[in-house]
Amino acid sequence: MNSEMNLERRKVLKVGGGVGLLALFASIGLVSPAMAEVDRKAFSAKSMDEALSAMGVIIPEKTDAIKLSVPEIAENGAVVPVSVETTLAKVEQISFFVDKNPNVLAAHFYLPAGTEGMITTRVKMGQTANVIALVKADGKFYKASREVKVTAGGCGG
Amino acid sequence: MGNPMKIRAAVKDGVTEVKILMQHNMETGLRKEADGKLVPAWYITDVTAQHQGRTVLEAQLGISISKNPYLVFGFKGGAAGEKITVSWVDNTGDKRSDVAEITA
Amino acid sequence: MNTSNVKKIILVLALATSYAAVAGEVSDSDKIAQYREMISDGNPADFDEMRGEELWKTASGPKNATLQQCDLGKGAGVVKGAYAELPRYFKDTQKVQDLESRLLTCMTTLQGIPEEEITARPFSSDTKQSDISSLATYVVGQSKNVKMNVLVKNPKEKEAYEIGKRMFSYRAGPYDFACSTCHATSHVRIRMQDLPNFFDKKDAQSAYTSWPAYRVSQGLTRSFQWRLNDCYRQQRFPEPKFASEATIALTMFLAVSANGADYAGPGLKR
Repeated sequence: MNSEMNLERRKVLKVGGGVGLLALFASIGLVSPAMAEVDRKAFSAKSMDEALSAMGVIIPEKTDAIKLSVPEIAENGAVVPVSVETTLAKVEQISFFVDKNPNVLAAHFYLPAGTEGMITTRVKMGQTANVIALVKADGKFYKASREVKVTAGGCGG
Repeated sequence: MGNPMKIRAAVKDGVTEVKILMQHNMETGLRKEADGKLVPAWYITDVTAQHQGRTVLEAQLGISISKNPYLVFGFKGGAAGEKITVSWVDNTGDKRSDVAEITA
Repeated sequence: MNTSNVKKIILVLALATSYAAVAGEVSDSDKIAQYREMISDGNPADFDEMRGEELWKTASGPKNATLQQCDLGKGAGVVKGAYAELPRYFKDTQKVQDLESRLLTCMTTLQGIPEEEITARPFSSDTKQSDISSLATYVVGQSKNVKMNVLVKNPKEKEAYEIGKRMFSYRAGPYDFACSTCHATSHVRIRMQDLPNFFDKKDAQSAYTSWPAYRVSQGLTRSFQWRLNDCYRQQRFPEPKFASEATIALTMFLAVSANGADYAGPGLKR
């Protein structure tokens, strides 16, 4: 499926109000279950448990195969660089969470076959917290977590 | 229409690395002005990257992503001169699409 | 940041962790250095540079002219490397000028824009970007990796340098503060960060050559004049007039102290 169609689909979803249409697309094969987007509800989750259950994750396994790079100290929480690199095979999704932010899920990525198991981005952090990377590979969920000390919060004025 | 992105894509050892810098305020909707009024949420919700028409990355973003979002990813394949197209949509329906050429 | 950088950071992290296990702890300065390294790529100041370049090349003002004939000291229209030699003495104005005051001259003479109109918005805000500030970002970007070479030859240049040097250590205001109160000793801090000591060559070079910079805490690209004003604000001095002789003189002193280093801006800072 090409992405223009995806963007179109999301626009349609916004207008058409959602789940029904997505299910319809899925039923006619326009959206494969693997590619189906995470419910936007996961982005309003206030806790890790809530976010993981909204995403349909049971208990992610810990693994040494995920390298999560974050700074030990962030001079300013407005920009905290986060980077994941994994040696796991068949990486399908990578998500980043900040466990003490008002909404814990920061970003969710789909990696089609051929895309490397590596993502770098930047998140805002309101206070010292754990950054958690969730990786879905070959149908299973794995996670890695690291604390970042924030010297000045990045969500205020 | 949103402001232009900065996209760099370079191929090395059979892997194309793509770096995307987007211009967007990424307002959380939780921040208050000096007068106590909430600044309305305004943030990119979806990003898609395509290589020669094939999707190589899809992202959903939330309010915790920094202002002027930065993304780096890589995919197997790609050759100098080929095109990478990156598109985003924000929560107000605004969108932007930019194209970059892969360099060696 | 490219994959090799990511790997480098992962390596640094791994080393830092093992070092911590052996030696007890990694200093906060090292951790901050690590943070700065990790955010060094993907600088949103690029957007301000792009905006400035557009403004430079677009005809505007009552004279409907571009700034492409602006002489920044290396001849009309030469932008490449110009910032690495500023401030300098200009014959046409018979003054020592820094980048921003020179841009002001070009905008008023070439484009016919009234000075008050330009100085009404010397700095960018959340809602409105400053044209002169974006132009400055564009110009400095054209001196990236160019060696700082600010001359003190002309009598006016010497005068500006001496005034700037004295201003740097001039104590006044309700707190009896000077620039030198914070920036003349090595390894002192206000908050977590070591403050640059402008009497230490390396410190002075790395501080001066990393401005203007995108401040992540403000989400805006800040000019050198803005940085000086912020120092004066923290000293509780009155706000300096934009492009005043005083700030040009102070800039002259600071720029000369950075001579010999490659200009590295626009920077990306906390």
